[in-house]
Amino acid sequence: MHSVIVLALVFPALGALVAAWLGPRLSHRQITWIGVGAVALSFLVAVAAFVRLASLPPAHRLIQDTLFIWNRAGATPIHFSLLVDPISILFMLVITGVGALIHLYSAGYMDDDEGFGRFFWQMNLFIVAMLLLVMAGNFFFLLVGWAGVGLASYFLIGFWYTRPTAVAAAKKAFVVNVVGDVALTLAIFLLFVNLGHVSYQTVFRQFAILPIATRDLVAALLFVAAAAKSAQFPLHIWLPDAMEGPTPVSALIHAATMVTAGVYLVARAFPIFGLAPGVATTIAWIGGFTALFAATIAIAQDDIKRVLAYSTVSQLGYMFMAVGTAAYAAGVFHFLTHAFFKALLFLAAGSVIHALSGEQDMWKMGGLRRAIPLTAATFLVGTLAISGIPPFAGFFSKDEILGGLLSGGQVGLWAIGTVAAGLTAFYMFRLYFVVFGGSARTKSHAHESPAVMTVPLVVLAVLSTVGGFLVLPGGYNLIESWLLPALSRFGPIPPLPPPTNWGAMAVALVVALAGVGSAWALYGRKAPAVEPLHGPVYRFLKGKWYIDELGDWLIVRPVLWLGSVLERFDRKALDSGFNQIGHLVAGWGESLRPTQSGYVRRYALSFAVGVMLVVAFLSLRP
Amino acid sequence: MTLPTVDFLVVSALLFAIGAVGVMVRKNPLIMFMAIELMWNAVNLSLVAFARQFQAISGHIFVFVVVVAAAAEVAIGLIIIVLVFRHRDQADVDTLNAMKG
Amino acid sequence: MANLIAILAGVLCLFMGVVVISAKNPMHAVIALVANFVGLGVLFLLLHAEFLAVIEVIVYAGAVMVLFLFVVALLMAGTRAPQESRGKNLPGQVPLALAVTGVFAALVVFALAVRTVLVAPPPSTTDFGSITNFGRALFTTYLLPFELTALVLLAAVIGVVFLARER
Repeated sequence: MHSVIVLALVFPALGALVAAWLGPRLSHRQITWIGVGAVALSFLVAVAAFVRLASLPPAHRLIQDTLFIWNRAGATPIHFSLLVDPISILFMLVITGVGALIHLYSAGYMDDDEGFGRFFWQMNLFIVAMLLLVMAGNFFFLLVGWAGVGLASYFLIGFWYTRPTAVAAAKKAFVVNVVGDVALTLAIFLLFVNLGHVSYQTVFRQFAILPIATRDLVAALLFVAAAAKSAQFPLHIWLPDAMEGPTPVSALIHAATMVTAGVYLVARAFPIFGLAPGVATTIAWIGGFTALFAATIAIAQDDIKRVLAYSTVSQLGYMFMAVGTAAYAAGVFHFLTHAFFKALLFLAAGSVIHALSGEQDMWKMGGLRRAIPLTAATFLVGTLAISGIPPFAGFFSKDEILGGLLSGGQVGLWAIGTVAAGLTAFYMFRLYFVVFGGSARTKSHAHESPAVMTVPLVVLAVLSTVGGFLVLPGGYNLIESWLLPALSRFGPIPPLPPPTNWGAMAVALVVALAGVGSAWALYGRKAPAVEPLHGPVYRFLKGKWYIDELGDWLIVRPVLWLGSVLERFDRKALDSGFNQIGHLVAGWGESLRPTQSGYVRRYALSFAVGVMLVVAFLSLRP
Repeated sequence: MTLPTVDFLVVSALLFAIGAVGVMVRKNPLIMFMAIELMWNAVNLSLVAFARQFQAISGHIFVFVVVVAAAAEVAIGLIIIVLVFRHRDQADVDTLNAMKG
Repeated sequence: MANLIAILAGVLCLFMGVVVISAKNPMHAVIALVANFVGLGVLFLLLHAEFLAVIEVIVYAGAVMVLFLFVVALLMAGTRAPQESRGKNLPGQVPLALAVTGVFAALVVFALAVRTVLVAPPPSTTDFGSITNFGRALFTTYLLPFELTALVLLAAVIGVVFLARER
């Protein structure tokens, strides 16, 4: 098995290279084969690795592969090593599996686009970076993948680079991500300076010897990194704007890859957070706040993709609540189900947009249930799943988190999560009813998408339906039993999950149904032509709590002001000084110019003067 | 009976100075070229005189090489002068100041 | 006798040098330069450089100066005889040139006068500078430089042919 797992990286990397170099000369069909095939092969490698891991005894489920020494500088060499264990294999499977489905879908969605080849090599690059992130055997190559994901997301969000909004969104995403990159880099520096190692096992084994302040600082920096990548408040601002990219990109970023990097980081570095309980609690609370906050914003959005974007932010809040309270298995489980149903929702939304030739405003849709039935059905599955209606996947994973919170004594967090779950059900069904229910609000010639797009939808719908059965109420928990031995290798075993909390489950179900019911009452039954809600609260939510404006006032404007001051200083004070020097040199040059008269005889004369001086020196020397 | 070396060297130095003056004063490139030949030969005279002083045959070899180099230089230099004259009416190096700074 | 010849030859050289640089007519300058080379050849003979004296006369006074003569004749044959312009576009050139070279010559003569070591006549051997010795040195110790001079001449020939070809 050794050195085979690297193929999971090699295939998409080759795909990216081939598509990038030969892209303009290949047909769309060939590019599709290369792009989808590379990710599919990578998925097969991941499956093989999974089978291999499963065949090992639980305590030995680890594939580590050191390919070469990257750098010998310092006391300890840094290896390019890959590490596949039960945590990373789950992420790999989702990244490559869901990623392959999204690639396949893209072949249909992007078929009319001129940048078809560019799209595929950048998507493959994204997969490579994300796989490197989860497969890295040390913090250093985690950072490489981390930054690579940021870069690829910059490319893809700004894919339609002729649109100013897309370019602005790409820049915003990149800048916010760099905040996280810097935090992660600083955390790794701290670890390296204090421990002299960056490999996971060594760092986790020795982390306890660090002073408390250092531990908290490292954990806090890692959390900032995770929050930036996973769009946690207040660094969530880039994710909704990232909807400017093509819809498959949104699906890839939101479901399979980028935003889960933060969850992966917290789950991977759980021994660090375990030794910094204050930071862990903060993570949980910020996650809870984000879950509620994003859910309230999602209620008032009109753009179909924007609603989904805020729902992603909200669902990520759930995952952070889970990992912040050491319920890693529940967090990873929710990541898994979320990957299925959020990819499904985005791809179905993309299918809707595709059917309506680019329309994204939900109030210009309506009645699409009859026009595009397959998309409507799969979208409904996704909506049910994210709303937490049994037996769809979201119900089990969300309940796992909420029940764990209540049993763990985190009543406040549980209450927030439950309210957010109700809001989720409300805004998702609002979206469903407005888009698919009622009758058409504008004239359109909606048409069902081609099979290359609907097949992934169906596959994801099936996964969203059955994905929850990995964990059933009453103690049957495949995720838990899969992850725990792996976790125990790196650090102290996190507390076992509490037994199923039937009460929490019942409350969550009631709240979710209440959300669905109120959505039906407001949007389903009467099918209003325009948004029935209004008032100051609605405007506040529609304005996204004015976080962007706040950031503009608190950060952007002061920086711009400082920049203008410095610019003036630079121009008035520094430039004039340097210009003086320049003028001085130019003046010297001008005054020396006559010596270059162009007359050979003058040159000969100056030559003779030089010779005379040399002779004078030699002959008059004592 | 034999003349002291220093006398030859004085002649050599004066000949060199005459050649140098010619290069700097005349504007006719042919005359300048001849002045340069004077300077070459002034140096040759020094070399031969020193060769006799130190009984070193390598001085003679040096002069031989100088003669060869001078012959090559004359050939190239004269063809350049001819080419320049073909394009211009005047035989005056002061008109060739296109490289003025 | 030898002294007298040497002094005459030296004076001839210097006088002809002055004629070369002051001649109005390039043709006169060429003749004066030939005379100068003949005088130098005499000096070379007196310095026991037999072979060099011969090539000074044959190669320089013969071949090289014939080349000069050709060019002068070629250029003067045209209707537009090359004439030096009268314009004084380089102020102070002549006095400066005379002053610098005068100082130079004075310094050299001064230095030669100070270093009296060269005043003593060198030991006189009979066969130093004979053609035999010169030839032996040229074709044994200095064979490689000798061969390289051939290369230099070849390069010059190619260069001249290249420059002179019809365009």
